[in-house]
Amino acid sequence: MASTEIARQAGEGARAVPLAGHVGFDSMPDQLVNKSVNHGFCFNILCVGETGLGKSTLMDTLFNTKFEGEPTQHNQPGVTLKSNTYELQESNVRLKLTVVNTVGFGDQINKEDSYKSIVEFIDAQFEAYLQEELKIKRTLHSYHDTRIHACLYFIAPTGHSLKSLDLVTMKKLDSKVNIIPIIAKSDAISKSELAKFKIKITSELVSNGVQIYQFPTDDESVAEINSTMNSHLPFAVVGSTEEVKIGNKMVKARQYPWGTVQVENENHCDFVKLREMLIRVNMEDLREQTHTRHYELYRRCKLEEMGFKDTDPDSKPFSLQETYEAKRNEFMGELQKKEEEMRQMFVQRVKEKEAELKEAEKELHEKFDRLKKLHQDEKKKLEEKKKSLDDELNMFKQKKTAAELLQNQAQQAGGSTTLKRDKERKNFF
Amino acid sequence: MELEAEVNVELCQSGPGLQMSLIRGTDLFGYIGIEAVLDQMRSKTMKAGFEFNIMVVGQSGLGKSTLVNTLFKSKVSRKSCTPNYEEKISKTVKLQTVSHVIEENGVKMKLTVIDTPGFGDQINNDNCWEPIVKYVNEQYEKYLREELHINRKRVIPDSRVHCCIYFLPATGHRLRPIDVEFMKRLGKIVSIVPVIAKADTLTIEERQEFKERIRQDLVDNGIHVYPQKEYDEDPEERILNNSIRESIPFAVVGTDKEHQVNGNKVLGRKTNWGIIEVENVAHCEFANLRDLLIRSHLQDLKDVTHNIHYETYRVRRLNETKIIKSSSVNFK
Repeated sequence: MASTEIARQAGEGARAVPLAGHVGFDSMPDQLVNKSVNHGFCFNILCVGETGLGKSTLMDTLFNTKFEGEPTQHNQPGVTLKSNTYELQESNVRLKLTVVNTVGFGDQINKEDSYKSIVEFIDAQFEAYLQEELKIKRTLHSYHDTRIHACLYFIAPTGHSLKSLDLVTMKKLDSKVNIIPIIAKSDAISKSELAKFKIKITSELVSNGVQIYQFPTDDESVAEINSTMNSHLPFAVVGSTEEVKIGNKMVKARQYPWGTVQVENENHCDFVKLREMLIRVNMEDLREQTHTRHYELYRRCKLEEMGFKDTDPDSKPFSLQETYEAKRNEFMGELQKKEEEMRQMFVQRVKEKEAELKEAEKELHEKFDRLKKLHQDEKKKLEEKKKSLDDELNMFKQKKTAAELLQNQAQQAGGSTTLKRDKERKNFF
Repeated sequence: MELEAEVNVELCQSGPGLQMSLIRGTDLFGYIGIEAVLDQMRSKTMKAGFEFNIMVVGQSGLGKSTLVNTLFKSKVSRKSCTPNYEEKISKTVKLQTVSHVIEENGVKMKLTVIDTPGFGDQINNDNCWEPIVKYVNEQYEKYLREELHINRKRVIPDSRVHCCIYFLPATGHRLRPIDVEFMKRLGKIVSIVPVIAKADTLTIEERQEFKERIRQDLVDNGIHVYPQKEYDEDPEERILNNSIRESIPFAVVGTDKEHQVNGNKVLGRKTNWGIIEVENVAHCEFANLRDLLIRSHLQDLKDVTHNIHYETYRVRRLNETKIIKSSSVNFK
């Protein structure tokens, strides 16, 4: 990539030396450019805006092609991002263009979390690049860069001011991606309203501290045009892929009963300015900013979050790896400790429960014994009673037999006299 | 809140099954201006300038400094025969770096020449390549460390050796053991361009035979010099590089003196039997070397150093310091 070869000249003891003839290294930029051409370029655009603002149409118009896809419905439950990659070629320059669309943005009733999926997507691209960069065996020069280089934020043409959803989303995105705000479907606003609208938008952005992408003005060849363009932000665009005959030319335009809005006419809308800025003048700068500013910021935050710090120069190298190792060991140690703790707690609980159960068992046994004893006692008592009754019965029987014996004897001894006694006895019985 | 993005990120990776529409230039009904990115890139790089680090290795008296001065048409290297140069044969090879900023047609280049006085000059030249190997690896180490910083600079200063010119004395025979040893070791970590120094002592036939024998020796010893066959990216490049490979090592003559030949001022060496024109392709191959190094392959040298040699060093270094030998560091 170009950025790895850039050097800061002057200083560090290098003095300028005049050349005595033509050496030939002025072909360096050409060599570099040729290599890049062979390699191809990547450019990734993210379009954020509510459904129906003409995002897909604008992309079609910008790149002069018909991208696939049909218009999305308004009933999405959440914000999803759909990305499509296209390979465009113009003369010998191959461009891998990725257009990411937000589907369902601004359609929900509760829009508090709308920005989250966008932020997550952007972070995921940075993360993928970071992972690749940190690999041991890596192939950075043939890596397909999916980081978002430019975010076109579509503002609805209300004519008043920015919606709070817009402000919140832009605030969340401004440190992660280059934001270029544009006013969509601007043929709905008249010229005077447009000027007021633009001023209102810029002042709102400034007062809320939203950092939108400023076209660079440090390179003399593009400084002038960039600074004038900076004053025209946000661009008011109209997109159209239909062609209408104006005069004797076919131009892209939107036809109304009251007139035709020509897309490429600078008096009608800022489409040409947008195309100039985005593609023809600043594409490389957008890519560079993404890599050197936004990506580095993400990388720094991510690594610091992981707990890595830059140690002083004379400590051991690869503090990254060693800190990682140390952290990992620490983490594993903690994990093991926690496991041990849990295990011990578990064992203890089991023991307690066992003791409890044993107690209960013992009690039950005791109860059982007691009841058994009770039962036996009662049984004994009953048996005794039975025995005593039996004894009584026996005694009675004995008495009875003894009495009968006596009676028989008496009968034999005196017949009638005993009769009376018998009758008396019988009456007695 | 579903995130379809993960699925679609994979779609974006190059590979089969990719949702890509190839839209050629003829389909575009209008000029977009993608080509302008080339100009943007060009102006950006011109503004930022370039760095190039070249190392010259060879025995004393082979004309290393003269050649570098001739290559870059300026006094970037101090020659040992200048009056106020302290002539001391050092016991070990000590590397000296000198940096200059040269500018041509708006293109600024910071050129660093690394000289190796004392190489091959001792009676016992055992391990004389070690300081050089150490230096090359040190530069890689510096770059790697900077790259791994959390707060790293916007542009990492590049002091890695992009090209090493190895001077072979024009004996006319074959490669000497010291040449073989040095090139074997350094061919793995840096791009070596061997040249035959002071080639005005060889006739054309002797030169051809010498070159044949050297090329044979290189093949026999498994030495890979720049441009390496394995790193050719496409057939066009291969054809170009093959023609270069047919003619290495270049037989060069260096000088900074100008003489009049046929009314023109040319760089040349004047002798009793004629004037050897340095930039005349019929006389010596200096122009070929210059074109290879500067006009056509300068960027390629830097790319090979960055993408291949540096990555090899990085893989080796990262593997040896850690216990984890997985191929990706998982931060999740």
